[in-house]
Amino acid sequence: MKKNKTLWQPDRSKYPEHDSNGKPIVDLQSQKYTKLWQGPNHPGVTGNMSLELTLSGDEIVDAKTHVGYLHRGFEKLMERRTYMQCFPLSIRMCVPEADSNEYVLSTCVEELAGIEIPEAAKWLRTLALEMARLQVLLRVVPGIGATLSLGLGSQWGMYMREQILDRFEELTGGRIYHMYMLPGGVRGHLPDGFKKRMEQNLKDIEQFVAKIEDLIFTNSVFKKRTVGRGIIKPEWVSQYGIVGPNARGAGFKRDVRKDYPYLKYSELNFDPYVGKDSDIYTRAQVRKHDLLMTVDLIRQILDKVPTSGDLRAKTPNVLHWEIPKGETYVRSESSRGEYGMYMVSDGSKYPRRVNLRGPSYTHAVALLEKMLINANISDVHAIMVSLQTCPPEIER
Amino acid sequence: MENIIKDIESRFQVSDYVQQRPELAYATVKKDLAIALITHLRDIEGFTHFVLLTAVDWLEENKFQLTYILNHPDKKVDLGIRVFIDRANPIMDSAHHLWAQVATYQRELKEMFGIDFPGSPRVDEDFILEGWDDIPPYRRDFDTLQYSRDTYFPREGRSTNDPAEHMKKKLYPDEEK
Repeated sequence: MKKNKTLWQPDRSKYPEHDSNGKPIVDLQSQKYTKLWQGPNHPGVTGNMSLELTLSGDEIVDAKTHVGYLHRGFEKLMERRTYMQCFPLSIRMCVPEADSNEYVLSTCVEELAGIEIPEAAKWLRTLALEMARLQVLLRVVPGIGATLSLGLGSQWGMYMREQILDRFEELTGGRIYHMYMLPGGVRGHLPDGFKKRMEQNLKDIEQFVAKIEDLIFTNSVFKKRTVGRGIIKPEWVSQYGIVGPNARGAGFKRDVRKDYPYLKYSELNFDPYVGKDSDIYTRAQVRKHDLLMTVDLIRQILDKVPTSGDLRAKTPNVLHWEIPKGETYVRSESSRGEYGMYMVSDGSKYPRRVNLRGPSYTHAVALLEKMLINANISDVHAIMVSLQTCPPEIER
Repeated sequence: MENIIKDIESRFQVSDYVQQRPELAYATVKKDLAIALITHLRDIEGFTHFVLLTAVDWLEENKFQLTYILNHPDKKVDLGIRVFIDRANPIMDSAHHLWAQVATYQRELKEMFGIDFPGSPRVDEDFILEGWDDIPPYRRDFDTLQYSRDTYFPREGRSTNDPAEHMKKKLYPDEEK
């Protein structure tokens, strides 16, 4: 574990006092503590959530995550809609990476209905999922620099992301919400010239990553603000259900694409990067390597994706489609980690229950509340961004 | 997975075993033995990754189904544990001492379904809703449409289509009613 000599190491053996449950005894009237709300409208908060922080000087002694600013009751609304009508709701469960929602919902329905999708559709779904990961990481990787005042990389990243959204628009007709995957398959083949234009985008992205390496990852201020800070202890990985890049940053090789290969991932050659220091810097490095791995995966997929053939398996009339009774859980690897959906069918036209398992449900609540204890107030936003929290998936 | 099920079948009176996929199975256990079974699966069998906890409202049968999905990171298998509890007395033992994030799931279930987990940290604090005074909104007998009609007001000049009728006309215009 690297030591950051600039880190302040307070002696908290005596102050504040803790009760028998290990919680700090905080008396706000004593004027030794300050209660500070960070969010919901705050540039250092990732979306619609807030943190109730109790400070002793600059140090956090207690933290609580508050959500509910974005609750739309999607899981409840789905119980009153046909399976097809659930799709416009599902993609809004996590806005930045809507394709993971399409995939898990489609696959739950297909599995319960006993439908096997065509080969071409599997390749195109794999492509759409990797393109979604790419556009998210183009925001997130330089974004960790932007949260520490290195905003230029983030502006470059947004430009590169727009190029991928152009490709999404070509492929699906939409930029953010695509509705490309539907039960039975996908909506269309690759347009003419798509591979060539995507290859140019991928080359530009590789140059962009080289630039942000210089701009952010070798920057001394960035290193001082991130090395040795926001550490996830290895024993927390099971205890807090940590998944994806946050687990890989802590030395755990966990990636749903490798561990539970779905779609065409078993036919692709890739090896997820695993860090060991488990601090903010390491998690940023993991995501940078994920970005480059995604570029490589898209190239492999484009080499293999069929350009003709069936895209949809035959499905019944979607307005009267009764899914056989049963329950299933389907997971995929989103840019934030394991993203799963639990679906229960009672044999009717409507799902009995749909429940989304998003990585932020644990990362932004139980884990973040734990990580912020003893952190400095100025590190809160960097810790939160390094966990890549996404509030909409907490309060579906 | 079958070996694990055989082992726990008699010891924990597990029933209704369903192999959904090669790496995913479901089984039902009685409420009183549920936490003991989950502890056994975590500590002895190696299901160390807690995936999710959620509830299904079987209103017609007057039951809530709690589903705990556990994952074995080394064997790469999932086991869904179903526990049925009385809908009229929705209380379940807490599992927050096994995984730290379980308290969040239990807090949400208390708020959304009214299922209590005595002893779970902050289980009575608002999680998503604030100042909610109706029945728990994820229960089947909570009518979202009626709630909207009672709480909000219609916008002048807005016309509404029945989604099913609208899509039927658009997608299958020749189909008879």
